[in-house]
Amino acid sequence: MSLLDYFKSTKPKSASVAKERLQILIAHERSARNQPSYLPELQKELLAVVKKYVDVDQDAISVHLEQDVDQETLELNIVLPEESVKKP
Amino acid sequence: MARIIVVTSGKGGVGKTTTSAAIAMGLAKKGHKTAVIDFDVGLRNLDLIMGCERRVVYDFVNVINEEATLNQALIKDKRCNQLYILPASQTRDKDALTKEGVGKVLEELSKDFKYIVCDSPAGIERGANLAMYFADDAFVVTNPEVASVRDSDRMLGILSSKSRRAEQGDEPIKEYLLLTRYSPARVKLGEMLSVDDVQDILSLHLLGVIPESQSVLNASNSGIPVILDEQSDAGQAYSDIVARYLGEDRPHRFIEEEKKGLFGKLFRSK
Ligand SMILES: Nc1ncnc2c1ncn2[C@@H]1O[C@H](COP(=O)(O)OP(=O)(O)O)[C@@H](O)[C@H]1O
Ligand SMILES: [Mg+2]
Repeated sequence: MSLLDYFKSTKPKSASVAKERLQILIAHERSARNQPSYLPELQKELLAVVKKYVDVDQDAISVHLEQDVDQETLELNIVLPEESVKKP
Repeated sequence: MARIIVVTSGKGGVGKTTTSAAIAMGLAKKGHKTAVIDFDVGLRNLDLIMGCERRVVYDFVNVINEEATLNQALIKDKRCNQLYILPASQTRDKDALTKEGVGKVLEELSKDFKYIVCDSPAGIERGANLAMYFADDAFVVTNPEVASVRDSDRMLGILSSKSRRAEQGDEPIKEYLLLTRYSPARVKLGEMLSVDDVQDILSLHLLGVIPESQSVLNASNSGIPVILDEQSDAGQAYSDIVARYLGEDRPHRFIEEEKKGLFGKLFRSK
Protein backbone atom coordinates (compact mmCIF):
# COMPACT_ATOMS: atom_id res chain seq x y z
CA MET A 1 0.00 0.00 0.00
CA SER A 2 1.47 3.31 -1.02
CA LEU A 3 1.54 6.36 1.15
CA LEU A 4 -1.07 7.96 -1.10
CA ASP A 5 -3.43 5.04 -0.65
CA TYR A 6 -2.94 5.30 3.06
CA PHE A 7 -4.16 8.86 3.12
CA LYS A 8 -6.99 8.07 0.74
CA SER A 9 -8.34 5.20 2.77
CA THR A 10 -8.07 6.47 6.33
CA LYS A 11 -11.27 8.12 7.38
CA PRO A 12 -14.33 9.17 5.38
CA LYS A 13 -14.21 12.73 4.13
CA SER A 14 -15.93 15.20 6.38
CA ALA A 15 -18.44 16.14 3.67
CA SER A 16 -19.80 12.60 3.47
CA VAL A 17 -20.03 12.43 7.24
CA ALA A 18 -21.98 15.71 7.12
CA LYS A 19 -24.33 14.38 4.47
CA GLU A 20 -25.09 11.21 6.38
CA ARG A 21 -25.75 13.06 9.62
CA LEU A 22 -28.03 15.55 7.86
CA GLN A 23 -30.02 12.87 6.09
CA ILE A 24 -30.80 11.11 9.36
CA LEU A 25 -31.55 14.31 11.26
CA ILE A 26 -33.74 15.86 8.61
CA ALA A 27 -35.76 12.70 8.03
CA HIS A 28 -36.43 12.65 11.75
CA GLU A 29 -37.33 16.34 11.95
CA ARG A 30 -39.62 16.11 8.93
CA SER A 31 -41.64 13.26 10.36
CA ALA A 32 -41.99 15.10 13.66
CA ARG A 33 -43.10 18.20 11.77
CA ASN A 34 -45.85 16.42 9.86
CA GLN A 35 -47.42 15.00 12.96
CA PRO A 36 -50.77 16.42 13.99
CA SER A 37 -50.57 18.83 16.88
CA TYR A 38 -52.71 16.64 19.17
CA LEU A 39 -50.07 13.90 19.36
CA PRO A 40 -48.16 15.21 22.41
CA GLU A 41 -51.45 15.65 24.31
CA LEU A 42 -52.62 12.20 23.26
CA GLN A 43 -49.31 10.77 24.42
CA LYS A 44 -49.65 12.47 27.81
CA GLU A 45 -53.17 11.19 28.38
CA LEU A 46 -52.31 7.67 27.26
CA LEU A 47 -49.43 7.67 29.70
CA ALA A 48 -51.76 8.69 32.51
CA VAL A 49 -54.12 5.83 31.68
CA VAL A 50 -51.35 3.23 31.48
CA LYS A 51 -49.86 4.51 34.73
CA LYS A 52 -53.09 3.63 36.50
CA TYR A 53 -52.36 -0.03 35.86
CA VAL A 54 -48.62 -0.36 35.33
CA ASP A 55 -45.81 1.61 36.85
CA VAL A 56 -44.16 2.77 33.64
CA ASP A 57 -41.58 5.49 33.11
CA GLN A 58 -42.33 8.95 31.79
CA ASP A 59 -40.75 8.06 28.43
CA ALA A 60 -42.20 4.55 28.16
CA ILE A 61 -44.74 5.57 25.57
CA SER A 62 -44.06 6.69 22.05
CA VAL A 63 -46.77 7.66 19.62
CA HIS A 64 -46.00 7.90 15.95
CA LEU A 65 -48.13 8.63 12.94
CA GLU A 66 -47.22 6.97 9.64
CA GLN A 67 -48.68 8.63 6.60
CA ASP A 68 -49.08 6.60 3.43
CA VAL A 69 -50.80 7.59 0.25
CA ASP A 70 -54.00 5.84 1.11
CA GLN A 71 -53.90 5.35 4.87
CA GLU A 72 -52.63 6.69 8.14
CA THR A 73 -51.45 4.43 10.92
CA LEU A 74 -51.13 5.48 14.49
CA GLU A 75 -48.32 3.49 16.01
CA LEU A 76 -48.32 3.19 19.78
CA ASN A 77 -45.37 1.76 21.63
CA ILE A 78 -45.48 1.03 25.33
CA VAL A 79 -42.38 -0.37 26.98
CA LEU A 80 -43.34 -2.25 30.13
CA PRO A 81 -40.88 -2.50 33.01
CA GLU A 82 -39.04 -5.81 33.59
CA GLU A 83 -41.52 -6.92 36.23
CA SER A 84 -44.80 -5.24 35.56
CA VAL A 85 -45.80 -3.95 38.90
CA LYS A 86 -49.54 -3.81 39.05
CA LYS A 87 -50.75 -1.06 41.24
CA PRO A 88 -52.98 -2.05 44.11
CA MET B 1 -50.49 41.96 -9.73
CA ALA B 2 -46.99 41.66 -8.39
CA ARG B 3 -45.18 38.44 -7.71
CA ILE B 4 -43.85 38.40 -4.14
CA ILE B 5 -40.48 36.71 -3.62
CA VAL B 6 -39.13 36.02 -0.15
CA VAL B 7 -35.40 35.53 0.27
CA THR B 8 -35.13 33.34 3.33
CA SER B 9 -32.84 30.87 5.11
CA GLY B 10 -33.46 30.54 8.81
CA LYS B 11 -29.76 30.93 9.52
CA GLY B 12 -28.04 34.33 9.57
CA GLY B 13 -25.04 35.39 7.52
CA VAL B 14 -25.66 33.03 4.62
CA GLY B 15 -26.17 35.70 1.95
CA LYS B 16 -29.85 36.71 2.03
CA THR B 17 -29.24 40.45 1.84
CA THR B 18 -26.54 40.03 -0.80
CA THR B 19 -28.99 37.90 -2.79
CA SER B 20 -31.97 40.23 -2.32
CA ALA B 21 -29.95 43.21 -3.58
CA ALA B 22 -28.60 41.26 -6.54
CA ILE B 23 -31.83 39.72 -7.76
CA ALA B 24 -33.87 42.88 -7.24
CA MET B 25 -31.36 44.78 -9.35
CA GLY B 26 -31.29 41.94 -11.88
CA LEU B 27 -35.08 41.87 -12.28
CA ALA B 28 -35.23 45.66 -12.56
CA LYS B 29 -32.47 45.70 -15.17
CA LYS B 30 -34.51 43.25 -17.21
CA GLY B 31 -37.18 45.94 -17.33
CA HIS B 32 -39.48 44.75 -14.55
CA LYS B 33 -40.53 47.32 -12.00
CA THR B 34 -39.22 45.91 -8.75
CA ALA B 35 -39.35 46.87 -5.07
CA VAL B 36 -37.02 45.36 -2.50
CA ILE B 37 -38.05 45.51 1.15
CA ASP B 38 -35.80 45.13 4.19
CA PHE B 39 -37.68 43.12 6.84
CA ASP B 40 -34.76 43.16 9.25
CA VAL B 41 -36.26 45.79 11.53
CA GLY B 42 -33.69 47.03 14.03
CA LEU B 43 -30.78 45.70 11.98
CA ARG B 44 -31.22 47.43 8.68
CA ASN B 45 -28.50 46.62 6.16
CA LEU B 46 -30.06 46.40 2.74
CA ASP B 47 -29.66 50.19 2.36
CA LEU B 48 -25.89 49.81 2.79
CA ILE B 49 -25.62 46.94 0.33
CA MET B 50 -27.70 48.91 -2.18
CA GLY B 51 -25.64 52.06 -1.55
CA CYS B 52 -28.58 54.28 -0.61
CA GLU B 53 -27.98 54.55 3.15
CA ARG B 54 -27.68 58.32 3.08
CA ARG B 55 -30.99 58.77 1.30
CA VAL B 56 -33.15 57.05 3.92
CA VAL B 57 -35.76 59.41 5.33
CA TYR B 58 -38.78 57.25 6.12
CA ASP B 59 -38.90 53.51 6.56
CA PHE B 60 -41.16 50.46 6.42
CA VAL B 61 -42.48 50.95 9.97
CA ASN B 62 -43.31 54.60 9.27
CA VAL B 63 -45.45 53.44 6.36
CA ILE B 64 -47.16 50.75 8.43
CA ASN B 65 -47.90 53.30 11.16
CA GLU B 66 -49.11 55.78 8.52
CA GLU B 67 -46.47 58.31 9.55
CA ALA B 68 -45.37 58.46 5.91
CA THR B 69 -46.82 57.42 2.58
CA LEU B 70 -45.33 54.61 0.58
CA ASN B 71 -44.16 57.06 -2.05
CA GLN B 72 -42.33 59.11 0.57
CA ALA B 73 -40.56 56.07 1.95
CA LEU B 74 -39.58 54.31 -1.29
CA ILE B 75 -36.07 55.18 -2.45
CA LYS B 76 -35.60 55.21 -6.20
CA ASP B 77 -32.35 53.59 -7.28
CA LYS B 78 -29.96 55.93 -9.07
CA ARG B 79 -28.61 53.25 -11.39
CA CYS B 80 -31.85 51.68 -12.52
CA ASN B 81 -35.12 53.56 -12.73
CA GLN B 82 -37.20 50.40 -12.39
CA LEU B 83 -35.86 49.66 -8.89
CA TYR B 84 -37.12 50.97 -5.54
CA ILE B 85 -35.90 50.22 -2.03
CA LEU B 86 -38.03 50.24 1.13
CA PRO B 87 -35.64 50.37 4.08
CA ALA B 88 -36.23 48.81 7.49
CA SER B 89 -36.58 50.90 10.61
CA GLN B 90 -33.40 51.11 12.61
CA THR B 91 -34.86 52.33 15.88
CA ARG B 92 -37.77 49.95 16.30
CA ASP B 93 -37.87 46.23 16.86
CA LYS B 94 -39.50 43.44 14.91
CA ASP B 95 -42.73 43.66 16.88
CA ALA B 96 -43.40 46.95 15.10
CA LEU B 97 -44.36 44.79 12.11
CA THR B 98 -47.94 43.54 12.05
CA LYS B 99 -49.57 41.13 9.66
CA GLU B 100 -52.24 43.67 8.72
CA GLY B 101 -49.67 46.43 8.26
CA VAL B 102 -47.34 44.34 6.11
CA GLY B 103 -50.29 43.01 4.14
CA LYS B 104 -51.52 46.52 3.38
CA VAL B 105 -48.11 47.73 2.21
CA LEU B 106 -47.64 44.68 -0.02
CA GLU B 107 -51.12 45.09 -1.47
CA GLU B 108 -50.46 48.72 -2.31
CA LEU B 109 -47.10 47.88 -3.88
CA SER B 110 -48.71 45.07 -5.85
CA LYS B 111 -50.79 47.53 -7.84
CA ASP B 112 -47.76 49.22 -9.28
CA PHE B 113 -44.88 46.76 -9.20
CA LYS B 114 -44.11 43.57 -11.09
CA TYR B 115 -41.86 41.99 -8.45
CA ILE B 116 -41.57 42.55 -4.71
CA VAL B 117 -38.46 41.07 -3.12
CA CYS B 118 -38.64 40.57 0.66
CA ASP B 119 -35.26 40.36 2.37
CA SER B 120 -35.95 38.23 5.44
CA PRO B 121 -34.12 38.56 8.73
CA ALA B 122 -32.56 35.45 10.26
CA GLY B 123 -34.49 33.33 12.73
CA ILE B 124 -38.07 32.13 12.75
CA GLU B 125 -39.67 34.97 14.66
CA ARG B 126 -41.99 37.76 13.64
CA GLY B 127 -39.81 39.52 11.07
CA ALA B 128 -38.97 36.28 9.28
CA ASN B 129 -42.52 34.98 9.50
CA LEU B 130 -43.99 38.13 8.04
CA ALA B 131 -41.37 38.27 5.29
CA MET B 132 -42.49 34.84 4.05
CA TYR B 133 -46.17 34.97 4.96
CA PHE B 134 -47.44 36.69 1.79
CA ALA B 135 -44.90 35.14 -0.61
CA ASP B 136 -45.61 33.52 -3.95
CA ASP B 137 -42.03 32.30 -4.42
CA ALA B 138 -39.32 31.50 -1.90
CA PHE B 139 -35.63 31.72 -2.64
CA VAL B 140 -34.09 29.50 0.02
CA VAL B 141 -30.52 30.70 0.46
CA THR B 142 -28.34 27.89 1.75
CA ASN B 143 -24.61 27.49 2.40
CA PRO B 144 -23.06 24.04 1.90
CA GLU B 145 -22.73 23.54 5.62
CA VAL B 146 -24.68 21.42 8.15
CA ALA B 147 -26.34 24.14 10.24
CA SER B 148 -27.45 26.11 7.19
CA VAL B 149 -28.94 23.04 5.45
CA ARG B 150 -30.82 22.05 8.57
CA ASP B 151 -32.19 25.56 9.08
CA SER B 152 -33.26 25.71 5.43
CA ASP B 153 -35.25 22.53 5.88
CA ARG B 154 -36.87 24.01 8.97
CA MET B 155 -37.79 27.06 6.90
CA LEU B 156 -39.33 24.81 4.22
CA GLY B 157 -41.60 23.36 6.90
CA ILE B 158 -42.71 26.85 7.90
CA LEU B 159 -43.28 27.93 4.28
CA SER B 160 -45.56 24.97 3.70
CA SER B 161 -47.57 25.32 6.89
CA LYS B 162 -47.61 28.93 8.11
CA SER B 163 -47.81 31.00 4.94
CA ARG B 164 -50.93 32.69 3.62
CA ARG B 165 -51.03 30.26 0.71
CA ALA B 166 -50.92 27.34 3.15
CA GLU B 167 -53.57 28.82 5.41
CA GLN B 168 -55.93 29.58 2.55
CA GLY B 169 -55.35 26.24 0.85
CA ASP B 170 -54.02 27.90 -2.31
CA GLU B 171 -51.33 26.48 -4.54
CA PRO B 172 -48.21 26.23 -2.33
CA ILE B 173 -45.33 28.70 -2.43
CA LYS B 174 -42.82 27.80 -5.17
CA GLU B 175 -39.53 26.99 -3.46
CA TYR B 176 -36.15 27.41 -5.09
CA LEU B 177 -32.68 26.54 -3.81
CA LEU B 178 -29.88 29.10 -4.07
CA LEU B 179 -26.65 27.52 -2.92
CA THR B 180 -24.25 30.30 -2.00
CA ARG B 181 -20.66 30.67 -0.83
CA TYR B 182 -19.79 27.53 -2.75
CA SER B 183 -16.16 26.42 -3.11
CA PRO B 184 -15.73 23.83 -5.87
CA ALA B 185 -12.13 23.26 -4.75
CA ARG B 186 -13.19 22.34 -1.23
CA VAL B 187 -16.00 20.17 -2.56
CA LYS B 188 -13.45 18.30 -4.65
CA LEU B 189 -11.33 17.71 -1.56
CA GLY B 190 -14.36 16.25 0.20
CA GLU B 191 -14.39 19.06 2.74
CA MET B 192 -17.64 20.68 1.68
CA LEU B 193 -21.09 19.34 0.83
CA SER B 194 -21.60 19.30 -2.94
CA VAL B 195 -24.59 20.67 -4.87
CA ASP B 196 -25.78 17.11 -5.35
CA ASP B 197 -25.46 16.38 -1.63
CA VAL B 198 -27.56 19.40 -0.70
CA GLN B 199 -30.15 18.59 -3.36
CA ASP B 200 -30.33 14.97 -2.18
CA ILE B 201 -31.10 16.24 1.30
CA LEU B 202 -33.47 19.12 0.56
CA SER B 203 -34.91 17.97 -2.80
CA LEU B 204 -35.50 21.50 -4.03
CA HIS B 205 -35.39 22.95 -7.51
CA LEU B 206 -31.90 24.43 -7.94
CA LEU B 207 -32.06 27.99 -9.23
CA GLY B 208 -28.32 28.47 -9.09
CA VAL B 209 -24.99 28.20 -7.33
CA ILE B 210 -23.11 31.33 -6.25
CA PRO B 211 -19.43 30.75 -5.63
CA GLU B 212 -17.57 32.07 -2.61
CA SER B 213 -16.14 35.22 -4.11
CA GLN B 214 -14.04 38.22 -3.18
CA SER B 215 -16.25 40.27 -5.48
CA VAL B 216 -19.12 40.10 -2.95
CA LEU B 217 -17.10 41.92 -0.31
CA ASN B 218 -15.84 44.43 -2.88
CA ALA B 219 -19.41 45.09 -3.95
CA SER B 220 -20.71 45.57 -0.42
CA ASN B 221 -17.75 47.80 0.45
CA SER B 222 -18.82 50.19 -2.26
CA GLY B 223 -22.60 49.78 -2.01
CA ILE B 224 -23.05 48.26 -5.44
CA PRO B 225 -25.15 45.08 -5.82
CA VAL B 226 -22.69 42.43 -7.00
CA ILE B 227 -24.81 41.63 -10.04
CA LEU B 228 -23.62 44.94 -11.53
CA ASP B 229 -20.04 43.62 -11.45
CA GLU B 230 -20.46 41.81 -14.75
CA GLN B 231 -16.89 40.55 -14.81
CA SER B 232 -17.20 38.77 -11.49
CA ASP B 233 -18.14 35.13 -11.02
CA ALA B 234 -20.71 35.96 -8.34
CA GLY B 235 -22.22 38.71 -10.49
CA GLN B 236 -22.57 36.32 -13.42
CA ALA B 237 -24.01 33.63 -11.17
CA TYR B 238 -26.72 36.03 -9.99
CA SER B 239 -27.47 37.11 -13.59
CA ASP B 240 -27.97 33.45 -14.48
CA ILE B 241 -30.31 33.05 -11.54
CA VAL B 242 -32.47 35.99 -12.57
CA ALA B 243 -32.59 34.71 -16.15
CA ARG B 244 -33.54 31.20 -15.03
CA TYR B 245 -36.20 32.55 -12.72
CA LEU B 246 -37.67 34.44 -15.66
CA GLY B 247 -37.78 31.22 -17.66
CA GLU B 248 -34.57 31.36 -19.68
CA ASP B 249 -32.63 28.16 -20.06
CA ARG B 250 -29.09 28.64 -18.78
CA PRO B 251 -26.69 25.81 -17.98
CA HIS B 252 -25.37 25.82 -14.45
CA ARG B 253 -21.91 27.30 -13.92
CA PHE B 254 -19.47 27.68 -11.03
CA ILE B 255 -20.06 24.13 -9.86
CA GLU B 256 -16.71 22.84 -11.11
CA GLU B 257 -13.35 24.32 -10.31
CA GLU B 258 -12.32 26.82 -12.95
CA LYS B 259 -9.34 25.87 -15.07
CA LYS B 260 -7.00 28.79 -15.14
CA GLY B 261 -4.46 27.49 -17.70
CA LEU B 262 -3.79 29.09 -21.08
CA PHE B 263 -5.98 26.51 -22.77
CA GLY B 264 -8.79 27.22 -20.41
CA LYS B 265 -8.57 30.90 -21.28
CA LEU B 266 -8.32 30.33 -25.03
CA PHE B 267 -11.27 28.02 -25.22
CA ARG B 268 -13.49 29.55 -22.65
CA SER B 269 -16.78 30.38 -24.23
CA LYS B 270 -18.23 33.81 -23.74
N1 LIG C 1 -20.92 34.43 -2.46
C1 LIG C 1 -20.27 35.03 -1.44
N2 LIG C 1 -18.92 35.05 -1.40
C2 LIG C 1 -18.27 35.65 -0.37
N3 LIG C 1 -18.86 36.26 0.65
C3 LIG C 1 -20.22 36.29 0.66
C4 LIG C 1 -20.99 35.68 -0.36
N4 LIG C 1 -22.31 35.87 -0.07
C5 LIG C 1 -22.34 36.57 1.08
N5 LIG C 1 -21.10 36.83 1.53
C6 LIG C 1 -20.73 37.56 2.75
O1 LIG C 1 -21.35 36.94 3.85
C7 LIG C 1 -21.76 37.90 4.81
C8 LIG C 1 -23.25 37.76 5.10
O2 LIG C 1 -23.98 38.09 3.94
P1 LIG C 1 -25.44 38.71 4.01
O3 LIG C 1 -25.93 38.83 2.61
O4 LIG C 1 -25.45 39.93 4.85
O5 LIG C 1 -26.18 37.52 4.75
P2 LIG C 1 -27.60 37.50 5.52
O6 LIG C 1 -28.44 38.61 4.96
O7 LIG C 1 -28.14 36.14 5.20
O8 LIG C 1 -27.32 37.65 6.98
C9 LIG C 1 -21.38 39.25 4.25
O9 LIG C 1 -20.17 39.67 4.81
C10 LIG C 1 -21.23 38.99 2.76
O10 LIG C 1 -20.31 39.86 2.18
MG1 LIG D 1 -29.51 40.18 5.99
